[in-house]
Amino acid sequence: MENDTDNIIEVRDLVVKYGDRTVLDGINLDVKRGEVFVILGGSGCGKSTLLRNLVGLMRPYSGQILFNGRDFTKMNDEERVETRKKMGMCFQGSALFNSMTVGDNVALALREHTDLEASTIDIMTKIKLELVGLGGFESFMPAELSGGMMKRAGLARAMAMDPHIIFYDEPSAGLDPIVGAGLDMLIRKMQSTFNLTSVVVTHEMESVKLIADRIVMLDKGKVIGLGTLEEIKNIDHPFIEQFFARRPDAEGEDTAAYLESLTNSE
Amino acid sequence: MSAILGNTGRATLNALYAASTVCVLMVDTLNWMIWQPLRGKGLRVRSVVEHFVEFGVRSMPIVGLICGLIGVIMALQAAHTLEKWGAAALIADLVGISALRELAPLMTAILITGRCGSAITAEIGTMKVAEEIDALNVMGLNPTKFLVVPKFLAMLLAVPCVTVLAMLIMILGGAFAGVVLVGVDPVVYYNQTAGALTRMDLLSGLTKSFFFAVTICWVGVFRGFRVSGGAEGVGRETTSSVVTSILIIIIVDLVWTSLFFSQ
Repeated sequence: MENDTDNIIEVRDLVVKYGDRTVLDGINLDVKRGEVFVILGGSGCGKSTLLRNLVGLMRPYSGQILFNGRDFTKMNDEERVETRKKMGMCFQGSALFNSMTVGDNVALALREHTDLEASTIDIMTKIKLELVGLGGFESFMPAELSGGMMKRAGLARAMAMDPHIIFYDEPSAGLDPIVGAGLDMLIRKMQSTFNLTSVVVTHEMESVKLIADRIVMLDKGKVIGLGTLEEIKNIDHPFIEQFFARRPDAEGEDTAAYLESLTNSE
Repeated sequence: MSAILGNTGRATLNALYAASTVCVLMVDTLNWMIWQPLRGKGLRVRSVVEHFVEFGVRSMPIVGLICGLIGVIMALQAAHTLEKWGAAALIADLVGISALRELAPLMTAILITGRCGSAITAEIGTMKVAEEIDALNVMGLNPTKFLVVPKFLAMLLAVPCVTVLAMLIMILGGAFAGVVLVGVDPVVYYNQTAGALTRMDLLSGLTKSFFFAVTICWVGVFRGFRVSGGAEGVGRETTSSVVTSILIIIIVDLVWTSLFFSQ
């Protein structure tokens, strides 16, 4: 049933609302197989909401999200589980299960979704942890790891089922530049080694320069630019210009606009 | 006026929303507890056992201690009145029937609510705040199967088991007070107890404890999934989980007592 088009994800006219408030307004985009696709935008522009819709943690108000050509929003529970086995996600706070060791975190999906022998799962767990530079940390608890290591462990867990695509929510947020850059290199390495499609939500320009093949730029729930970094930079749009120039809003404008967006229902 | 109507409406909507959420949770739990295992999607037996040890075995010391002491207290209080009538031996009847029908199930349920109901809310709430529930979903692992069903099954097993032991310890506590402190003859005390208690007393107490178990677990889980807004939210829901749970336990107790008391 799999449709091997060039696009692993196609989003068509996606509208997402919180109550009466429209957060994403008619999003259209494609993610090509094997690329690093960055979702870029200011705080509160809807990029995390877009990511949550892509992985199916939220249901959109209208529109389609095609994953390998099939509409993810209309699948029944079993089809969704099957689809999710092909996805991995790295959460902003790593979201490792705190009651389990790092090794158990990585092994969990394998234990639940496959009939592999325990010894095979052990070996696979070790390989995944080696891959992210955490070999030998199987028996550590998540609380014993540093922030960067937790994110790496989260990546190992996301890689456990050999997914086709991996989603990163703010991978370098809260990390120092060196550790953050290390994580960016890791994202790039996963892409080049396994031809793994990556969708990265971020607002850190340094990281975007290192990893992005293509970028979608969001502002106020709409796509304002889609293309390579160079193409985006050349788009004539006040927000893009301001974003790349790292220029602040005029005093007060920001909060006033935010309050208005909260009170304006349509 | 419009404020009153508005508040009433909002409260009604909130209550209906909560009720619908609980219903969805119940259906989902029963689905993953009975229907899905029959289709070969296994139960997490190990997790059930671990939770049973936590909810049941580890609750025993405190439940045993408190129920034993309550047995003693009941016997002493009863002795004060009954001795005036020369009916001290009836302490055995009073302690036995109260323990089986009412106090052992109730005290066990309240103690397990405090120990484990709150822990369930805190665990699920913390997992929600830390995006661990989202992580389960994205990994294709159903949070109900993974988190709720093992707790629910363990609670259904643990509460009645602990209740039976609590009944026994409460009667022993009463017997200790009756025999040692009040001076009732041990044989008379035993015969009185054995003569007073019927199978219906035990059944009544166990039925209650079963429904108490359902209450503790569902309130704990429901409150846990409702957590929002970080550590403060976890604290708020945990507190209100205990309060709600005890309130519902008392109401359930009232309903079952009124159904059973004439039998």
